[in-house]
This record gives sequence, structure tokens and C-alpha cells, in this order.
Amino acid sequence: MTSGAPRAPETPHVPLARKDFVSDQEVRWCPGCGDYSILAQTQKLMPDLGIPREKIVFISGIGCSSRLPYYMNTYGFHSIHGRAPTIATGLKASRPDLQVWVVTGDGDALSIGGNHILHILRRNVDVVIVLFNNRIYGLTKGQYSPTSELGKRTKSSPLGTIDYPLNPLSVALGAEATFVARSLDIDVHHLISTLDRAAHHKGTSFVEVYQNCNVYNDGAFMEFADKAVRPDRTIQLEHGKPLIFGKDRDQGIRLNGTTAEIVHLGNGVTEADLLVHDETRPDPAVAGILARLQWPQFPVPMGVLRAVQRPTYDDLMEEQIQQAVSRQGKGDLAALLAEGDTWTVG
Amino acid sequence: MTGRDGKREANIQELDRVTIRFAGDSGDGMQLAGLQFTNTSAAFGNDVSTMPDFPAEIRAPAGSIPGVSAFQVSFSSYDIHTPGDEPDVLVAMNPAALQAHLADVPKGGTIIVNTDEFNEVNLRKAAYETNPLDNGTLAGYRVIKVPISSMNARALKDAGLDTRQIDRSKNLFALGLMYWLFDRPLEPTLRWIEAKFSKNPLVAQANATTLKAGYNFGETAELFPVHYRVPKADLAPGRYRNITGNEATALGFLTAAHLTGKTLFYGSYPITPASDILQELARFKNFGVKTFQAEDEIAAIGAAIGAAFGGNLGLTGTSGPGLALKSEALGLAVMVELPIVVAAVQRSGPSTGMPTKTDQADLLQAMFGRNGECPVAVVAPATPSECFDMAVEAFRIALTHMVPVIFLSDGYLGAGSEPWLLPDIQDLPRIETTHPTDPATFKPYARDPETLARPWAIPGTPGLEHRIGGLEKDDITGNVSYDGENHDRMVRYRQEKVDRIANDIPPVEVVGDEAGGQLLVLGWGGTYGAILSAVQRARARGLSVSCAHLRHLNPFPPNLGPLLSRFDQVLVAELNLGQLRLLVRAKFLVDAQGLNKVTGRPFLIREIEEKINSMVKAEVSVR
Ligand SMILES: Cc1ncc(C[n+]2csc(CCOP(=O)(O)OP(=O)(O)O)c2C)c(N)n1
Ligand code: SF4
Ligand SMILES: [Mg+2]
Repeated sequence: MTSGAPRAPETPHVPLARKDFVSDQEVRWCPGCGDYSILAQTQKLMPDLGIPREKIVFISGIGCSSRLPYYMNTYGFHSIHGRAPTIATGLKASRPDLQVWVVTGDGDALSIGGNHILHILRRNVDVVIVLFNNRIYGLTKGQYSPTSELGKRTKSSPLGTIDYPLNPLSVALGAEATFVARSLDIDVHHLISTLDRAAHHKGTSFVEVYQNCNVYNDGAFMEFADKAVRPDRTIQLEHGKPLIFGKDRDQGIRLNGTTAEIVHLGNGVTEADLLVHDETRPDPAVAGILARLQWPQFPVPMGVLRAVQRPTYDDLMEEQIQQAVSRQGKGDLAALLAEGDTWTVG
Repeated sequence: MTGRDGKREANIQELDRVTIRFAGDSGDGMQLAGLQFTNTSAAFGNDVSTMPDFPAEIRAPAGSIPGVSAFQVSFSSYDIHTPGDEPDVLVAMNPAALQAHLADVPKGGTIIVNTDEFNEVNLRKAAYETNPLDNGTLAGYRVIKVPISSMNARALKDAGLDTRQIDRSKNLFALGLMYWLFDRPLEPTLRWIEAKFSKNPLVAQANATTLKAGYNFGETAELFPVHYRVPKADLAPGRYRNITGNEATALGFLTAAHLTGKTLFYGSYPITPASDILQELARFKNFGVKTFQAEDEIAAIGAAIGAAFGGNLGLTGTSGPGLALKSEALGLAVMVELPIVVAAVQRSGPSTGMPTKTDQADLLQAMFGRNGECPVAVVAPATPSECFDMAVEAFRIALTHMVPVIFLSDGYLGAGSEPWLLPDIQDLPRIETTHPTDPATFKPYARDPETLARPWAIPGTPGLEHRIGGLEKDDITGNVSYDGENHDRMVRYRQEKVDRIANDIPPVEVVGDEAGGQLLVLGWGGTYGAILSAVQRARARGLSVSCAHLRHLNPFPPNLGPLLSRFDQVLVAELNLGQLRLLVRAKFLVDAQGLNKVTGRPFLIREIEEKINSMVKAEVSVR
């Protein structure tokens, strides 16, 4: 049995450019929406991946964010609310030759699709998941989401929410995802390089992108994401480097037992006292401490929290089949039908 | 027991059909004993039909009534279609088994009891105040009292096993006794024991010893004045095996993959009585089958849709509660027009219902259980072995017409078994599929003029990059469209697409009078055997009764309407409160009557016969 696409007339191999990944569909997000930037960086990244356009598939659920596949000139599937990971799992497991992307929102991934997110992450299906976190339900016009801050007043919580929010990175680390990162819609260089890292990781890559919904939750991240304050209020994670932040790079994060604390360099505190970032720690515990650092108590960590290797679900599935074939021989259908006790009449 | 001519040679009596029910505690190995008896009888040349009856609890307290497990097998010298209305012989391994099953045995029936278990504790667990072996409860039955437990223990006292292990072999003592009573060979079971316990020679030896001990006990004990022989049945020539519906279903799907040359991808979440299909398909890795035990039923169908998008055979399987969870995704499959098959093995509902009991009450869910105008093709096998053919048929329809198809089986078919005439793979027609490759002519929602199927363009094909999804599609281009006129057109296309499958399926066949008559009994699914048997009996008594059984429920075969109109009366017999009847009345404006029950058990032939008798009177012959 074969899987894979039929052979098509040979197409000449010309290097692709961003425009080759722009579909003919009119983009319909609100003007000023953070989704535009994420789309642009995704389209820009595609030619650099060196993967033929026909081998790339974008799968999404429902939400403003989930409209993205329509705008990509690749194969695409805009499915149903929360279920994109399931379709991606079936596609990747049966067609490992494809590069599969999942585009989802905070409600799509963590509310209605919460179960599927956990399971695709623990299985380590080789796909890239980009979660557009605007901390609101955009498409349904402004109800609170599972990532909305406690007490947030929205159309459906006029007195403020009483639901304690989920932290997407903690969820991903809890499922022991092999690649976990965070980026920001308006930090375009950081965004494209994070997506690039995610695309090259083998296994499930989980990228949370802080995305501004300028209609229903404008400025949700501005307190720390605004360019003017960003160096002081975020911390860029770099593998192998101590955790230093601040415009003057004079502050750092130190671990006191399992508690993180901010220290000022100088007065006897040196870089050697700081936590050194290691994406490859097998135990997700330290990444978990970083994931929980929040403004205003702490600078917000941006970048890759965790990148470890573990066999992928799709590879393991192929392997089991190869092993079964080499152990039992290629299946003989007539012999299987006649398995067990048979008898002949006449 | 029906004796043809009651011929006596020595003290062997010939019968043409016998139904035995093995009943005991769930730890007593009754399923195994029943299955061995079935396989031996089938290999001997009888026609067989079986029905297991499991408790819902994995291990209800030992000796309790909820813990009783039973297996009924009917074997015969002629073609039979059901596991028998009632047992001729009940093997009761403990008081609870007797309590749970005695009511099903007709007076005059034979009851073989394991007297060792009729002690005070067990009697209390079985809600007997006094011992039914002594208090007249069994008056009118032929009771054979055998101390099975202790005789088994005596046979195995030197076997080198501990008491618990020895006690677990007592089902084989009982089986050996039944083999003697019905003059069956021991060899098939001895061979099976040898293969099954090859790594454990002590246990193998013990099982063989007690099987023979049971047989010899029958021969020497003179408990039975006669023993019985059921001669070979006159089956169509060919090679056979005994098969359950769920096994046949799994093999059918695998064969569909073979006939298309595509990979089978099965996504499923365990649920009784459909789990067997997952477990079977998981064994077929060396055939390239990919099985995915999903986190829930929604993920299972989502993955099947993803696999189908990738050009594979996308399959998912479940029972009623899981089918409910799959509704939204089934709607997606209808909208994106991808071929998937959903196998639904019905059980008693609603909600969790009675998981191990059978039912046909998910027909309307299969037909209509989705939002919007959302037609889905539905097929239903009629017998355990026919599950194979209908599984292939489900994929043939899905792939030819680019539609999702529901394969609607039920617990009775799934767990029941019968002899299966092995098909010759070479003779099965291939299922053709095509994938477009030409970017110049490709349009995602252009349609085949005959079937209205859209092209199945798959990722990896250069130049055919396109986007599909659950939002309404523009005719031809497949772009998102909110245009009302377009929506109206697309809704009608999707309906028409399913309706046109009717041009591509066989007509429904009539057993009886094609030209019409007084009564047509219409059925679908696992009620086939009971309906057919009842109608055959009624016809033998000269009644003008025919029957027809639907394998295609959406769309109906095109000859169904005209057929119904040729009969004075139509009776729809089904294990629900009238779901097919509702459809038939609505579609054909016929005043169909219903025979309905929802006890979790299949129809007895007798129940259908009685209904027929109440509707049709024998014509007074004035000759
Ligand atoms: C089964 C189902 N329930 C509810 C909806 C309505 N709905 C559509 S999108 C959405 C929330 C989207 O929020 P999010 O995932 O954060 O995406 P955003 O629009 O913010 O990008 C909801 C509740 C739906 N489409 N389907
Ligand atoms: S509602 Fe918010 S998230 Fe949605 S498109 Fe508009 S700005 Fe973007
Ligand atoms: Mg959102």
C-alpha cells in the first residue's frame, strides 16, 4: 500500500519568494490586528524552509486566528472549533512526508480544544502549533477567554471574571512538550526567528504568540511589550546565557531553591550567580519556573523555553509497521482471512 | 431440540437442531467453553449461530447474579439464521446462573447443574431462600446433577497445580461432558489447548485431562439414557471459518484498503461493543494498517478526516454515545466532501444505557443527528459474516461518491458468530480512486456529472494547493461564500449527491412473493435471521407473507417504494420504537405497522411469528 501524492508533471525548481505563499484571498482581519504581522512573518519564513509549497499544510480551528490558512498559498484546512490538532495528527501520521502547521487561538486551543492540545503535545506528533494569544474571544466579539486575567471585565463578565486563567506555556510544559516558545506579534525579528526554530524542531513545536486584538482587548500586552519599556519588562531567553535583562543589562534572574528572584548585578552579585538558560534540560521544571514569571512582579520571558529530543509519534508509528513487516513478513490477506480453524464443505 | 425422525441407533438419537446455553460466573470460562463448542461443531459441518451475553461489570462479585456470563450456541443440520429462541440445554455452573437463565428454558428442557456450587453462601448470593435442586423449582425439567467442581478436582489431583488453577479448568470438564452428550470429537479442542498453552505444559496437560474426564464421565455415568447426534448441514461448497461480526468488520475494512491500494487509518476511542474492531485492526500492522487510539471520539474522527485529506482510507469506529460526539466532525466531512467511514456498533441507549446489550435505536441519529441539512449515507450489515461485505461496501460508496458513510452494526451482530464462506480475494472488484494532478483544469468543487463527487486533490500535488473547511463553499472554486443563493445550491448538491448513490446500489431482495401479497415484513440490521426464520415458518403454513431486508438505509434502494406498494400490509420489525417505520412512512406514505422491542435482546423468531399471525389469517381454502 502506498501513501503520498500522485506524480505530477515536473515543475521547474525555482527558489520561492514570499509572494509565492500569498494566496488570492482577501485578508479580512480588522485593520491593525496583530494577526497581520503573524501572517506576514509566516509567509516570509516559508521560502527559507526550502520545502516545496505543495508539501506544506496549514490546519486551523475556528476563531479570527484560524482564518490564517485561507491566506497561505499552501494546502489548507480550516476545520472546526478546537479540533485542528486531531486533523493534524491524522494527516501527519498517515502522511509523514508533509510539513504540518496548526494555527489556533487561546479559546480554540485551551478551552474547547484543551484536551486535544494536551494529547498532541504528549504524543510529540511532528507538527508546529502556533497559538495566537489575544486573551479574548475575538471572532465571537469580545467574551473572556481561558487566558484572560482574573477580574477582567468583558462583555460576558461585566463584573470581572472569576475564572483563574491558564498559562499556555505551563500547559505545554505540563504535557512535557518537546519544544515550547513564546514570541510577540510586533517584535517581527524575534517572531520570525522563533517560528524558524519551531519549524526546524522535530516533534511538536508549541509557540505562543502574544497577539493584540485592537478591537476587543487593545493593548493587552502593551505594559511590557511596548518598545520603550520592553528591555526592562521582558527577558530574552538565550540558550547557554545567564538570564540578564534591563536597558542597561544590569538585572538578572537568580534561583533561590525553586523560587526565582530578581537581582541587581554589582555589590557582590555577578553573572555567575544567575540562572543560566538551558533549553535542553530533560526535566521541564526549570522551564516551568520561567513560564510562570509574569509582569509586574517579573520581566516576561520571551524566546525558546524548552527544546529537547524525543521520538515522534509519526516516526514510532512507521517504525512499528516496519518492525511488524520484518518480523511477520508483509501481510498476506488471503491467509489472514483463513486464520484459525477452517473447514471445507463439498 | 427438534428431532427429525427420532431415529434410534443403539442409544444415539438424531436431531436436526440443538441450542445450548452455557452459563456461569464470569470467572468460570463460559465464553471459552461456548466458543470451543461452536468451533468444533462448525468444523464438524453443522451450521452454527452464537450469541454471547456478558455482564456489564468486569468482575461483579463472584457468585452474584450480575456476575453471570453466558454463551448460547445453536447448531443444526440445516441452514439456520439465529442462535435459537430458547435453549434446549442449559449448563448452569452455579445458583446465580440458574436463577438468571432458568426462565428462558422451556419446560421439558434439559438442565445440567454443577451441584458442588449449590451451597448456602452461593444460594444466598443468587437470592434463593431454599435450594432449587430440592424444592420443586425444577419440576418439569430434565435435571442432570453433576458435581462438576469436585469431579474436575479429582481428575486433576495429581496435575501439579494449586487448587485455584485446578478449579479454573472446570469449564473444560463441563465442555467434555457436552461433547459426549452431542457426540462431538475432542480433537479440535485438544489441538487448541496444545497451541494455547504451549508455554505452560502443566496447564495444557491438566486442561486436556479434564476435558477427557468430562467426556468419559458422560459415557460411563449412565446419567443420560441417550446421547444425540446432529448431522452435517448442507452448506454451499467452499472453505469456511467461524467469525464474529466485529472480526468480519475489521477484515472487511482491511480488504477495502487492499482493493484500493491505499493505507487504512483507523482512529478510535475504546467503547463497548466496538472495541474489538480497534483491537483487531491493531494486529494488522504488517499490512500497513495505522491504528490511532485517540483521546476521545472527536479526536478519532478528526484524525480520520485528516488521513482522508491526505489521500488515505480514513476510518473511525464507535458506539452510540461516541457517534453523538462525532456529530460536529461528521458535518465537517459532509462540508469538505471527503470520504470517511464511521463504523457505529449500536448498544442500548440512551446515554450510557446498557453497554453490553443490543439495540437498533441509533438509526435516526445516523440519519439526522447533525446540525444543518447534513445527509450522510448509511449502510447496515444483516449477519455477522455480512459485516465483511458491508464494510467493503461502505468504503466503495465513500470513495466513489466522495461522501462520509456510516456503517451501522449492532452489539448482537458484533459479538455473535456464524460460519463464513471465505471469499476469494482475486474475485472481489477493485475500488477505483483517482487524484487530479493538472493545475490547469483543477477546481476544488467542480463535480463529476454523474455522481456529483468533487475531485480528491491531495497535499503533495504541485500546483493544486487549495484550502477547504467548514465554512460554506462557493460552487466550483471552493472559496468561502456567504451568498444565500450559492448556499441553497450547495445544500441541494450535497443532498443530491447522497440521493444519487441509489443508482449505484443493488435492489432490495424479496424472500417470498416478488409480485406482492398480504404482508411484507421489512427489517434492517441484525434482526435478519429472526425475521427470515419467522417468515419461512409462516409461509410453510401457507400464509401470504414475504420479507425484505435493507442493507442500504440512506439512500434506500430505488425499488423499495414500488415493492412496498405491492403488499396489503407492511410490518417493520426493529429493536427500537419505530425508527425505520418513521422513515418509510414519511418517504413512501405507506401505513406501515411496527413490531418493536427494546429489552436489550434480539427478537425471538416466535415473537415475529406471533405478530405475523395477528396480521394475516390463513386463507380458507375453498377447493
Ligand atoms: C462548537 C462551537 N462552539 C462555539 C463556536 C463559536 N466560536 C467561534 S470562535 C470562538 C472563540 C475564538 O476565540 P479564540 O480561539 O481565542 O480565537 P480568536 O478569535 O481570539 O483568534 C467561539 C466561541 C464555534 N464556532 N463552534
Ligand atoms: S476581532 Fe480582534 S482578533 Fe479578531 S480580527 Fe479583529 S482585531 Fe483581530
Ligand atoms: Mg483569542
